[in-house]
Amino acid sequence: MDNSLTHPAKQNQLRIIALLALITAAWFAAYNLIQPLADWISYSALHLTKGSHLGDAIAFFLYDVPKILLLLSGMIFLISILRTFFSPERTRALLGGKRQGIGNVLASLLGIVTPFCSCSAVPLFIGFVESGIPLGVTFSFLIAAPTINEVAIVMLFGLFGWKVAGLYILSGLIIAIIAGVLIGRLKLERYVEDFVWQMQSTGGLQEEKLAWTNRIERAWESVKEIVGKVWLYVIAGIAVGAGIHGYVPETALVGIMGKQAWWSVPAAVLLGVPLYSNAAGVIPIVSALMEKGASLGTVLAFMMSVVGLSLPETIILRRVLKPQLITVFIGTVALAIIITGYLFNLVL
Amino acid sequence: MKNIKILGSGCANCKRLEAMARKVVGDLGIEAEFEKVTDYAEIMKYPILSTPGLVINEKLVSAGRIPTEEQIETWLKE
Repeated sequence: MDNSLTHPAKQNQLRIIALLALITAAWFAAYNLIQPLADWISYSALHLTKGSHLGDAIAFFLYDVPKILLLLSGMIFLISILRTFFSPERTRALLGGKRQGIGNVLASLLGIVTPFCSCSAVPLFIGFVESGIPLGVTFSFLIAAPTINEVAIVMLFGLFGWKVAGLYILSGLIIAIIAGVLIGRLKLERYVEDFVWQMQSTGGLQEEKLAWTNRIERAWESVKEIVGKVWLYVIAGIAVGAGIHGYVPETALVGIMGKQAWWSVPAAVLLGVPLYSNAAGVIPIVSALMEKGASLGTVLAFMMSVVGLSLPETIILRRVLKPQLITVFIGTVALAIIITGYLFNLVL
Repeated sequence: MKNIKILGSGCANCKRLEAMARKVVGDLGIEAEFEKVTDYAEIMKYPILSTPGLVINEKLVSAGRIPTEEQIETWLKE
């Protein structure tokens, strides 16, 4: 009776696969057309001179905006597919019974792939410590999850290349591990709000089985959500970046953002705190600044500070952490970011 | 009469989830009372690790994401 081709679920599946193939082909075609099209518009259609300030700035803008938006949609889709295999529930199960050290490393790695929103930081924190996961390991997760941000990874990859994107992931991991181990060593359990310890440990929602079509649908939903949230910042950031690219002279920033200026790393960290969640708008500007002499360590420290030291998350966490622990949390993360910044300035 | 609770402290997704659940309830033409739970001590009485959460008649059916309308429909019919 079950004719597989007329079965509605099967039909739906075929339709999604066909659609996916079509979108992939269109994606690659569009990606390869950006450069010639940007050049054509700027130099032929608008009659701008190659090498002029305005011509370069406009060609840069017309090339980078579609490129970054395409990269964002494509890579967020792939990352979201990967994330459908992980959930906070599974992460908690994987971390259960792990000791300090190995637990911190695992928690930081899981922080990259587990879907996480800072608005869920409190239930997650309570759920983790309630099930017996050490405080330091819980913090490693809570630091890695927002710090190693998928939008930032994609934009660093698109504007700086895979090496810088890799360094960013690596330094995020190091910061989360170091800060988590430090917090664990300090034995700060008494600075967790008392009601947290009085809560009943709960089991967690049973995991549902997902078909590939479900995973694709969910990934598509999160692409719409994430790209819908950041595209305006991307365009604004690239516009400012294009202006800097075209008009600011080379080496203009060596003095204030170069390796020799020792204070540039802490200053970059301070500057990054109020810019929370605007990684999308900040990275194109930073990329243009680097061309003009800012050093990589300083730039990475700034990036980490923008995504990792977030005011909203800190305010949310205040519900479960006493002020002393909040201070230690911010202090260790800031310190770890500054050390990483100097480290990269030193070795690169 | 169904009792529906939306767990989460005012994030954008909580509002979207509530709007969606209200729409499904309207479409199905069933009676339901809605309750927004924003207090963490209350939220944590359910086995939840990430918000928004959807509770139907005291049973947590979804957490950490926005389900599809079809899924909400299935849960409401149970």
